[in-house]
Amino acid sequence: MKQEVNELIDPSKFRDRIDIKGIEKSLLVDMLRKMVLIRKAEEKLSEHVESGKIKCPCHLGIGQEAIGVAVSLVMRKSDRAFGAHRSHSHFLALNENTYSLFAEVLGKYDGCSHGMGGSMHIVDNDNGFKGSVPIVGATIPIATGAGLAAKMDKAGDISISYFGDGACEEGVLHESLNMASIMNLPVLYVCENNLFASHLHIDLRQPSNSTSRFAKAHHINYNTVDGNDVVGMYKLLKSEVESMRSSNTPYYLEAFTYRWKGHVGHRDDIDVGVKRGAQLDSWKKRDPIKRLADSLIYEGVLTESEYQYLNHEIQNKINSDWEKAELASFPENEFLITQVYS
Amino acid sequence: MKKTTTYAAGILEAYEYLLTNHPDFFIIGQGLWSPWYVGATMTDLDKKFGKDRVIDCPVSELATTGATVGASICGYRPMIVHPRVDFMLLAVDQIVTQAAKWRHMFGGNSTAPATFRAIINRGGEQGAQHSQSLHSWFAHIPGLKVVMPYTAKDARDLMISSVLSNDPVVFLDDRWLYEKEEEYTEIEILDLNEVLPQKLRNGDDITVVGISYTSLLCEKACEHLENTQGIKSDFFDLRVLNPLKLENIIQSVNKTGRLLVVDGDWSSCGIASEIIASIVERVDLLALKSSPKRITLPDSPAPTSKALEQLYYIKEEQIIETIIDLVK
Ligand SMILES: Cc1ncc(C[n+]2csc(CCOP(=O)(O)OP(=O)(O)O)c2C)c(N)n1
Ligand SMILES: [Mg+2]
Repeated sequence: MKQEVNELIDPSKFRDRIDIKGIEKSLLVDMLRKMVLIRKAEEKLSEHVESGKIKCPCHLGIGQEAIGVAVSLVMRKSDRAFGAHRSHSHFLALNENTYSLFAEVLGKYDGCSHGMGGSMHIVDNDNGFKGSVPIVGATIPIATGAGLAAKMDKAGDISISYFGDGACEEGVLHESLNMASIMNLPVLYVCENNLFASHLHIDLRQPSNSTSRFAKAHHINYNTVDGNDVVGMYKLLKSEVESMRSSNTPYYLEAFTYRWKGHVGHRDDIDVGVKRGAQLDSWKKRDPIKRLADSLIYEGVLTESEYQYLNHEIQNKINSDWEKAELASFPENEFLITQVYS
Repeated sequence: MKKTTTYAAGILEAYEYLLTNHPDFFIIGQGLWSPWYVGATMTDLDKKFGKDRVIDCPVSELATTGATVGASICGYRPMIVHPRVDFMLLAVDQIVTQAAKWRHMFGGNSTAPATFRAIINRGGEQGAQHSQSLHSWFAHIPGLKVVMPYTAKDARDLMISSVLSNDPVVFLDDRWLYEKEEEYTEIEILDLNEVLPQKLRNGDDITVVGISYTSLLCEKACEHLENTQGIKSDFFDLRVLNPLKLENIIQSVNKTGRLLVVDGDWSSCGIASEIIASIVERVDLLALKSSPKRITLPDSPAPTSKALEQLYYIKEEQIIETIIDLVK
């Protein structure tokens, strides 16, 4: 069922408890745990961007946690996902490795890119996260090529391309969608439409606020969904990805959401760009975590105190991973030169 | 006290001058209505001159750069602004294969006098994809002028002359110079074809050439060496990388017999190599007292880790040591 775009972008809609019918309890708790972990990890990063301990640019996705989590739960380790500048959630949803992320952001050798990449260039090959980069749109054709490789492998793997509404303004999106469509490539295009590209609202950049028109133009199956409903996205993707695997077809998911922080860094930036100041509070009421937690508690999957304990445990892990990352060592000087060529 | 200005204020003043005096001038680029992207170089231009001439745009480097070329062919003097050189690379075809060729391949019947401004915005643990300069790449292209100002006066006057030039120009300014302060002078309208490397210090011991930010490092190093060791340098700020005009630097090397070029980019096929090769070809070899030398970045992408970032960028001390070594 396609949800209406004008409702999806209206923060007064979709505030209710999430419908969890038909999903096993353990999976629901898994979803909640992953989202809480991502939220708290990014809050920790925000705190230390502010404290000055983190120097590299950090694009936080607080408020957008559900999308990466839903996708991660339909992925297998041999799938190949690619992200962009706002990809902490995509990475953590797959590996929950906050130590690796924290160390990377601090430029330490233990980080996922050994301190060479910082927040904007993260990778975890073992768990199917093939890399994220901050050149807008750059990984869309790369993910398309990963889809081509998956098709050639004939093992039913897929690739995943995460990008934002702003990236749809780069010509390469159109070239990639056309290619994936005509060549039948198993690429899952995931557009996280948070209505902004840095300071500009989509109304000032595109004639429509839904990007799935591009999928339609290239005859790619698509859906527009509430990006803050992890269960809804999971259900949809589970069946769509199954058919992608068996028939080598691309699919385009447009998930409407909102970032709670400014484009980069720890501030809210409510004074930047049209509409943001007025809408941020309202979007916070469509919180993907609270909506799921409320459901689980209401339906008796989890008690209030179990939920508190889960939060508490995750916070402890994050605090200790952060402390450990602060103490970790920097890469050796030679590393600057030894990694240029293989 | 004398009135002062800064590099960023110089660029802002150039925009105000161009928008006021040249109705055919307009600017397009990402972030032009935002306080973040372009530092203090474009503050409130949209409010003063209108959003029709100071145009913020979708995340579409290729189309906006191509549109700038198109409008320039049709009688306007437009400028595209890319908040980082790295982003401009999505539009290289329009700059290198279209605009730079437009006059010559149509036998002089048309031209594309667009200005491609990109900001060198490095450091700050931003890493490999947000720190490139690549000016030598662009300086490789016949038909494409390449301008890199160092002083606040040049940031302003060379930006004006880039826009008024009848050819396409890549104009690169460096964020690390934005706060550079100097005495204010009135606007001087320069013909870009006449702009030569500018000699900023006089001396007989060595010729030193800097480009944009490295000129700041060179100037400080030369001053330090003169004050502490009496080593006197002929120091030149290059200003225009293409077409390259080196006559005054060649004269200087004939006098000093020593040459150091400092370029904040990679060495291989870079502007420092080009300068040294062009000078060695034309200088009196018997006048050379030591082999010419260049200081450039290590041959690696920029790291993010602060431990390695500290190693990566050129420092004043490196220049001081090299000069001492050369004049020994
Ligand atoms: C090619 C390129 N152009 C411009 C930028 C600057 N930039 C970084 S993120 C961004 C906005 C991207 O918006 P969107 O794709 O919607 O992602 P979001 O930030 O909303 O997650 C821009 C313009 C860039 N990094 N790369
Ligand atoms: Mg966006």
